[in-house]
Amino acid sequence: MGNFGKMKSITIKQPLKLDCGKEISNFPLAYETYGNLNEKKDNAILVFHALTGDQFASGINPVTNKEGWWNYAVGPGKSFDTDKFFVICANVIGGCMGSYGPGTIDPSTNKPIGTNFPVITINDMVNAQYNLLDHFKIEKLFAVAGGSMGGMQVLQFVSNFPNKAKVALPIACTASHSAQNIAFNELGRQAIMSDINWKDGLYDGQTNNPDKGLAVARMAAHITYLSKKGLQEKFGRNLQERSDLKFGFDADFQIESYLRYQGSVFVDRFDANSYLYITRAMDYFDLTKQYGGNLSKAFKESKTKFFIISFTSDWLYPTSENKDIVIALNAIGADVGFMEIKTDKGHDSFLLDVPDFLSTIKNYLNTTYLK
Amino acid sequence: MKEEFKVISELVEEKSRVLDVGCGDGILMEYLSKNKVVDVRGLEISKEKVKKCLSNGLAVVEGNAEYDLKQFPDLSFDYVILSQTLQAFMSPENVIKDLLRVGKKVIVTIPNFGHWKVRVDLLFKGEMPITKNLPYEWYNTPNLHMCTIQDFYNFCNKKGISIFKIISLNGKKTSEITSSNLKFKNLISELGIFLLGK
Repeated sequence: MGNFGKMKSITIKQPLKLDCGKEISNFPLAYETYGNLNEKKDNAILVFHALTGDQFASGINPVTNKEGWWNYAVGPGKSFDTDKFFVICANVIGGCMGSYGPGTIDPSTNKPIGTNFPVITINDMVNAQYNLLDHFKIEKLFAVAGGSMGGMQVLQFVSNFPNKAKVALPIACTASHSAQNIAFNELGRQAIMSDINWKDGLYDGQTNNPDKGLAVARMAAHITYLSKKGLQEKFGRNLQERSDLKFGFDADFQIESYLRYQGSVFVDRFDANSYLYITRAMDYFDLTKQYGGNLSKAFKESKTKFFIISFTSDWLYPTSENKDIVIALNAIGADVGFMEIKTDKGHDSFLLDVPDFLSTIKNYLNTTYLK
Repeated sequence: MKEEFKVISELVEEKSRVLDVGCGDGILMEYLSKNKVVDVRGLEISKEKVKKCLSNGLAVVEGNAEYDLKQFPDLSFDYVILSQTLQAFMSPENVIKDLLRVGKKVIVTIPNFGHWKVRVDLLFKGEMPITKNLPYEWYNTPNLHMCTIQDFYNFCNKKGISIFKIISLNGKKTSEITSSNLKFKNLISELGIFLLGK
């Protein structure tokens, strides 16, 4: 990884009390912005990234030289139209793109903090990012938005700061991580922790990183982001650059080759310990429990307008779990819209070119901003 | 805009909370929020229509009234509106029950199967009637439970549902239906708009 110099960040000086009981202060939060903040400062949208995302939502990520993770949705004339709106996106704490995380170098040892980093939660991530409002002197955001773990942050943000966003867009997410979600995350963590290079999380971050474990974690997770139908249509039983089975354990099938590739490119941009910490934060996420078993209470103080979106083929954060949020909001008479988008692209749909999804968000935001 | 929507909006008091069940494109919702300053929500089954509503920033939830009315608490709306959809439900009786649970008042529009054109079609042609409000063939109609204004009136009485007002709509002509003119209005009305309560 290079080009860290191109990253913007703020240093959060005041202490942040974490859910685990520890306190952190003087820590960096890396962010990126798109578009311009208007004079009234009423056009800002805070976008939250998912598990393996970062602050580079749009354009070209200067570290990976690849397109930003939400390039379909964020940019001039796009769903989050940066000709109109000022989009802010931060790297979550625990992440590995410049924000305070397990890969941050501890000045006392000159080594990465590793597993000495405190366990963080979605609540901690959101509280850290709230400092960006002060930094930009924004009294109230126009919107908060995000998919998957980004959607969980949206829910947490609105419950923590009831009247700091006019609109909330939680996409393909849940208010409470399910046993299946936790199971898949645990599979990924075990892959990392059983890599001989992991060394209880105290690898040096230079050579001999637990890349194999991290790649397997990514491969397993990647399957959960796609639908069975989508996989079948894209790969079927197609063979990889060969006309017959080879009776061995090389990648005979295209799907194998594809997953191996996904695993191998992932390790170049992501830190294994960050993967552990962030998946843990997701697993600990249970907004319903935070509010004594009544999710409605999380939003009771809020006047925020909600627009919740799910995808038909998303089996990781299925429509039913998104609908639970809708039900909780309707129970308190909140202003809520909900739509299930028809697509075969699985959980990943929110990152992809799904026209109904992208156009509806664009229209919704544009009309709501004027209302 | 449909004449029916104007009649409905006249039944709605200002600054009330309204749920439009089967809100379609959201035209009535927009009209109500502009003209009656109401706080209005919608429930709609068609993805295309939900998309349109949300594109206009309306608070519409995709769902099926037969299952999804459950999520709304008792008496959480001043008015619940059901416009020309009752006949399409598997169990209109249960839907009405749920509407009356959720809303303090309920407005239901019935496409009238007792209209004289319908009766003439059946009597002289011997065929299932096709009219402006009932444009389907018998084999592709979504309307499972057609009824007349009289039928719905009888139903309300039988179930102990209070009828506060019935408006007849015939083309652009509106008139009030009372128990004394019911037989006649049932013959000439295309739509019957009922204001109900428990």
